[in-house]
Amino acid sequence: MSERRGVDHPLVQLTQVRYREFFREPEAVFWVFIFPVLLAAGLGLAFRNRPPERIAVAVAAADSSAETLAHALRQTNELDVRLLTDSAANEALRTGDVAVVMIPSSREVEYRYDDTRPESRTARLHVNDALQRAGGRRDVVAVRDALVRERGSRYIDFLVPGLVGMNLMGSGIWGLGFAIVDARKKRLLKRLIATPMSRPQFLASFVLSRLTLLVIEVGVLLGFGILAFGVPLRGPLLSLGLICLASSLAFTSLGLLIASRVQTIEGASGLMNLVMLPMWIFSGVFFSASRFPDTIQPFIQVLPLTAVVDALRANMLRGAGLEGLATELSIILAWLVGSFVLALKLFRWR
Amino acid sequence: MIPPMNSPAGGVALQVRSLRKTYADVVAVDGLDLEVFSGECFGLLGPNGAGKTTTIEICEGLTPPDAGDVVVLGRRWGRDDRELRELLGISLQETQFAEKLTVEETVRLFRSFYPRGSPPQAIIEMVQLQEKARSRVGGLSGGQKQRLALACALVGDPQLLFLDEPTTGLDPQSRRQLWGLIEGFRSAGRTILLTTHYMEEAERLCDRVAIVDHGRMIALGTPRELIANLRAEHVLEFALAGDDAGDAAAFRQIEGVCAASHTNGTYRLQVEELHRTVPALLGELRRQGAQLAELRTHSATLEDVFVSLTGRHLRDE
Repeated sequence: MSERRGVDHPLVQLTQVRYREFFREPEAVFWVFIFPVLLAAGLGLAFRNRPPERIAVAVAAADSSAETLAHALRQTNELDVRLLTDSAANEALRTGDVAVVMIPSSREVEYRYDDTRPESRTARLHVNDALQRAGGRRDVVAVRDALVRERGSRYIDFLVPGLVGMNLMGSGIWGLGFAIVDARKKRLLKRLIATPMSRPQFLASFVLSRLTLLVIEVGVLLGFGILAFGVPLRGPLLSLGLICLASSLAFTSLGLLIASRVQTIEGASGLMNLVMLPMWIFSGVFFSASRFPDTIQPFIQVLPLTAVVDALRANMLRGAGLEGLATELSIILAWLVGSFVLALKLFRWR
Repeated sequence: MIPPMNSPAGGVALQVRSLRKTYADVVAVDGLDLEVFSGECFGLLGPNGAGKTTTIEICEGLTPPDAGDVVVLGRRWGRDDRELRELLGISLQETQFAEKLTVEETVRLFRSFYPRGSPPQAIIEMVQLQEKARSRVGGLSGGQKQRLALACALVGDPQLLFLDEPTTGLDPQSRRQLWGLIEGFRSAGRTILLTTHYMEEAERLCDRVAIVDHGRMIALGTPRELIANLRAEHVLEFALAGDDAGDAAAFRQIEGVCAASHTNGTYRLQVEELHRTVPALLGELRRQGAQLAELRTHSATLEDVFVSLTGRHLRDE
């Protein structure tokens, strides 16, 4: 009566169980598929590139010379000039409504601004330039502006690869970790090893289901980025696929390691957050990791998510193939192999 | 300890010798010997914490023993694991199956692990869950979940079935339904080892029973033999009217009384022959000037056997 071919092969059955458990959990579907798209849409809209804004500056109207000064400044396009009383001008500066306040007197013009605000420093340059020109200064070097506004250098282009990486991490670690710890807590793992089930096939079913879900979750997010925001895919698609594959396996191994002994969902949840939190903060999903101090850069660079996000950005934005990503790929593969070997050593079935 | 009276007609399915298992601070199994014959239903009866689950999980190859020898169907754990896994059917205490799967999907999954066995549909019918085949496991009642656990134990057409407390926590109706299923499996000539702390369950299902306490076997035999060994087939319980305090020592002297005890106003006598003892008891009460408020008798059960051996009740935690 041996009939273990086709759909009745244990590996097929185990993998189907993984899909069923995932798709029958509406929250899981939301966090893996919908949430990253919503996040990309929200942040993409909030940080979309707008036409250059005019910088608001104020002239404190101490006397009639203020009118003359304001008139001179209005000759330039970059500035939005407001005439305010002294106290109103200071209030506007303090709340960030204007970038610079000018206080003209008989001998000089005082610029009042916060030099730690980049906007204020820019405004001071514009204001000073307009004022000196009105006073008769002439340019001595001929210049010409050539404007470059390119896809790939916007925030959304930076963000989408970051979100793909974050999603690969979340679904790899959560997807595997919770399922294993839940089955252990329910003594289902123990019940399964009381059957002739092959243990490698059990673990393989997690990897197989992860790989198919990976195609969907990366596809949905990238598809959204491309259609809604025109995010570029400059690198070879095969390389992009392989980066996603290696990354997903690395995070799945890390999830297996986290879940190897934990007995409760609460314990697993805490441990997963402990592992993922540094990567959410440091790995450069939402802003460049290079903003952190040099002293902690070595730590940041070996985090798996940093390597994944860097590799994805290099592929999508700079068109890099696998050959240019040796460092990132070795870090990802090291996490994959290291976590997996350690997880197999530590894993408890009960 | 009474030697087994049944002869092993089809040989020995399970043999356990001098089994020991110690956890950090407790001795769970303390030198246990067992022999389960092919085709019989053998029960390990004992209170919670007696070492029943540890014993059965060692036999199932899920827990390694500290010492002792276990031979299952002529094979040993550590050498013939793969083969044994295919020959055994196991139902653990308190397994929760995946709640999002249906009954049919769960049975189909377990069926896929075994090289032999009936199709999933037939097994679902065997445990009378066909109406629930497409329902999620999370929505099943306790009895239905236990029948699903039994189905998963039966999928591989096992030669030996291990059931760890198969009816704990069930209502009487679900329990009787499960007993019917287990009896059906036994009458098909299969061997069963089950643990229970319900004496009715052991009396109804088991050909032989080992009573276990503190990791040791304290009695072995058919339920009938064990009860017969009390030499008192009946138990007589009575209470006196008002605040009358009877003379317990005097009751012990009545003809045919093997043992007497007194708890919470109820007197309990183990009796060989009711028709001699009851008139004598009434005479003694008249002599003491006491009035009967209540008088009950029942045939001795395995519970009475356990009480007489340990002085405790099976379900005292």
